[in-house]
Amino acid sequence: MNDKEKSSLWLSPNNDIYFGKSEKSKKNFVNLSFKSRSENVALARLLVSAILSERDMTLAELDEIKVAVSEAVSNAIIHGYQNDSEGWVEMSVELSEEQMVIIVHDEGIGIENIEEAMKPHFSKGEERMGLGFAFMNSFMDKVEVASIPLSGTTVTLTKKLS
Amino acid sequence: MEIITKIKKYQNRDWLYLKPSGELDMASADQLKKTIIEGLAKSGCRMLWLDFALVSFIDSSGLGVLLGRYRELAPLGGKIIITHANAQVYRLLFASGLHRIMEIDRPASFKYVKEGM
Repeated sequence: MNDKEKSSLWLSPNNDIYFGKSEKSKKNFVNLSFKSRSENVALARLLVSAILSERDMTLAELDEIKVAVSEAVSNAIIHGYQNDSEGWVEMSVELSEEQMVIIVHDEGIGIENIEEAMKPHFSKGEERMGLGFAFMNSFMDKVEVASIPLSGTTVTLTKKLS
Repeated sequence: MEIITKIKKYQNRDWLYLKPSGELDMASADQLKKTIIEGLAKSGCRMLWLDFALVSFIDSSGLGVLLGRYRELAPLGGKIIITHANAQVYRLLFASGLHRIMEIDRPASFKYVKEGM
């Protein structure tokens, strides 16, 4: 920090200039809660598209994020809530210059064995091919899954933005 | 999801032709599945032609419907072809490996599609 910046900091009536402003102007946060209804998967995709609409990115990059979000939210509804439409899915998006972090949280049945669940073609008794986590892994830079059986699951998707 | 259903002649065979429109995710997957199964049963066709010209998005729920139908049709000597997929759909057909068991035509713009992702 040079002297000029220092003086403006000291003259500032509050601490915003130094402690808040740089962080404030660069990051955007959006939270959305919705019922575990299948039509809300499209809403979740629409939200990330809308948040990223001002960013300079390729259509392919945007498609990748949309697929990953679609899979995370579908998992919450199909696996977490076992297709019960009365649950709540919470989605939080954090957008900075460098990256987008999307957190999808449900309070459903949880995952007993996360490692097994993340293997392709693990899903049984349905036709989704177990591709959900495979797509999340290939299309995002980082996928983190935290789950407590009978309590819920939180999936954190991170995508670096150029 | 609106789905146009027809019977078309192609390569001297009757094909069940379906043209769905919209996004193919878990909200529309069941409807597509039901329409295909009913169409196949009613027509007796074993050949399935999916025209994805009006499908803007697909995820694993949509791909699952395709794989499920392939598993039913293949033992009967049936076949699935997919035409007019957009770049996003085309890419996921490859990423999922479905391109190995179905006939898929190239989309007009497939710049970012690389085999195997």
